[in-house]
Amino acid sequence: MTLGHESDHDVVIDVHHLTKKFDGRAVVRDLSMQVKRGQIYGFLGPNGSGKTTTIRMLCGLLTPDEGTGTCLGYDLRTQTDQIKTQVGYMTQRFSLYQDLSVRENLEFIARIYGIDKPSAAARAAVERLGLTGRENQLAGELSGGWKQRLALGACTLSGPQLLLLDEPTAGVDPKARREFWNEIHALAANGLTVLVSTHYMDEAERCHEIAYIAYGELLARGTVQEVIEQSHLTTFIVSSANGTGLAELTHELTGRAGVDMVAPFGTSLHVSGRDAKALEATIAPYREHKALEWKRSAPSLEDVFIDLMSKSRDNFQ
Amino acid sequence: MTHILPTTAPRRSRGDGFLRKTWAVLIKEFIQLKRDRVSFAMIIMIPLIQLMLFGYAINTNPRDLPTAVLFQEHNDLTRSIVAALQNTRYFKVTEFPANEVELDKLLASGKVLFAIEIPANFERAVRRGDKPAMWVAADATDPVAAGSALGALGMAVQTALAHDRAVPAAQPQMPFEIRSHARYNPAGQTQLNIVPGLVGTILTMTMLVFTALSVTREIERGTMETLLAMPITPIEIMFGKIIPYVFVGFAQASLIIFIGVFLFGVPIIGNLAVLAALSTLFIACNLATGYTFSTVAQNQLQAMQMTLMYFLPNILLSGFMFPFAGMPVWAQWIGEALPLTHYLRIVRSIMLKGSSVSDLHYDAAAMFVLMLVAMAVAVMRFRRTLD
Ligand SMILES: Nc1ncnc2c1ncn2[C@@H]1O[C@H](COP(=O)(O)OP(=O)(O)OP(=O)(O)O)[C@@H](O)[C@H]1O
Ligand SMILES: [Mg+2]
Repeated sequence: MTLGHESDHDVVIDVHHLTKKFDGRAVVRDLSMQVKRGQIYGFLGPNGSGKTTTIRMLCGLLTPDEGTGTCLGYDLRTQTDQIKTQVGYMTQRFSLYQDLSVRENLEFIARIYGIDKPSAAARAAVERLGLTGRENQLAGELSGGWKQRLALGACTLSGPQLLLLDEPTAGVDPKARREFWNEIHALAANGLTVLVSTHYMDEAERCHEIAYIAYGELLARGTVQEVIEQSHLTTFIVSSANGTGLAELTHELTGRAGVDMVAPFGTSLHVSGRDAKALEATIAPYREHKALEWKRSAPSLEDVFIDLMSKSRDNFQ
Repeated sequence: MTHILPTTAPRRSRGDGFLRKTWAVLIKEFIQLKRDRVSFAMIIMIPLIQLMLFGYAINTNPRDLPTAVLFQEHNDLTRSIVAALQNTRYFKVTEFPANEVELDKLLASGKVLFAIEIPANFERAVRRGDKPAMWVAADATDPVAAGSALGALGMAVQTALAHDRAVPAAQPQMPFEIRSHARYNPAGQTQLNIVPGLVGTILTMTMLVFTALSVTREIERGTMETLLAMPITPIEIMFGKIIPYVFVGFAQASLIIFIGVFLFGVPIIGNLAVLAALSTLFIACNLATGYTFSTVAQNQLQAMQMTLMYFLPNILLSGFMFPFAGMPVWAQWIGEALPLTHYLRIVRSIMLKGSSVSDLHYDAAAMFVLMLVAMAVAVMRFRRTLD
């Protein structure tokens, strides 16, 4: 994972030690990452962790205070004009013109990118996106899901090399979300690179690689498998019939030596800790209980993220 | 099976596409303006309302203006002069001060708009044909009222006196002289001056507001993020946002001038094409200024406040309200920096005096320079990132 020469054509995003400050407060700190061509790269992290800020630096909307990097081989500081012609950016908040119709929005974008026959291109996009019948509706009057779809259509209209999608599926129903991810995978198979931020664990698991950022710092990156392994977290799943006794157990285990996290999942409980020995010593007496069934398991991605977040908050404070 | 991307990479036109991108923004702005009913109504209603207020309600037919008369002698002649004044219906003699000091006070306090003094031995002088002077001082802060009343004064009094035996009927000329003196507004502008002036002020007001909001609106609605993420330059955005309103301003100016000519009988003595060309320059100049505010302001409210702040000196120091030559030098300097000052000279000269381009090149050049300065500031101030 230490690729990253500007000459390397397979590295689409290659940034080193990026730092961005607002009013003297570092919102992104010393962030380095590489994304290869054709990859779907998941970008995760709690609210306010700096995901949007990082994406904006990648497409030239914000200038990094420190650090260097290239996007599609173009310099982040000096060649933003070239970057903009090749990148499709879907903003977190809907930012097309609410008082323009679906078709007018698409035509506007097609004209700016200099696409031949903008009205034909817009019409084709309307069909592709399944917005037929809605093309004359004002964008501001679309439902949330359709807005998202229009925004996606808008940022892909010019045929970009790299897509930066900032929480593209927030508030979208499960079926539409699945379709969306199927399409993203098809796009990536054709060589398009996609950086996508999300709060959904199932979406993270559909990415080729993920990066986890908290309080402006990149805490983990790699495939889902690698991130889970790097966490060195030991997890036990405790289950009982109808979940009886689990509430008491949660109460008793929380805060004990070696127990870093206790989280209920329906009729089972996830008990995790970074120090396997201490954790096992603490839970030993409870494993004798007849009503409880203990099973050692790999931590879930969510366990890992919550652990990373609490760890970084400890460092942060 | 992808539905999102175009199946074949879209063909793009070559070159940096300055015109194409400007055109894209221009069409967008036109559509947005079309959808914005309130702005659309403003384009038509502001000139109509202003013209009606200034042209009709306020000024056209001043009646019964309060007048003070100081008699230094009393006889039939002076009495018939007062009657004649009242008969014009412009004047209503309300005060009879005892001396000149009182007369002055009445005028200064605004109690009367006209102060008339009939000197001693007036009748005898008239009979002898000496053409004595009758003093009239007018409060001309309201130039239209003062102007038309003063205009009517001489005729009315003369007609009235023709019936008076004291004056030989055959006398072809005025038997006495009226020394009128317009105070507070010595230029004594008349109604004809108002309509050309209104063309300038209305255009300033509406054009500024339109572009002053244009950039801040994009920021507040969040659309600036989409716009900036696309390959488009500040100059393209600026022209795309200004040009649609040049047409709007042109239509508005035509409406005002049309009403001025057909409803108020304002002449257009000079060349209409020159007037149209220089009006377009003035419109573009205001749009550029408003756009500059838009790039400086943080939000739409600030942009509006800046527009109002700018509008005030335009009204007061441009020569619209008060004669430019009568202002102190520092105020004239400020006035020279305002496009409205130059446009007022141009529009008044062309409409009322029939001046040609060669008389106006200084003012035209000044407007052009002001426009370039505004545009340069706007392009420099335009932030290309969200930092
Ligand atoms: N223009 C700005 N000026 C000042 N502070 C900002 C600005 N933009 C972002 N911030 C701050 O930077 C931090 C990171 O914000 P950012 O939007 O990048 O987070 P995020 O990871 O995208 O969060 P979310 O998941 O909620 O979208 C936040 O604390 C935010 O308040
Ligand atoms: Mg965000």
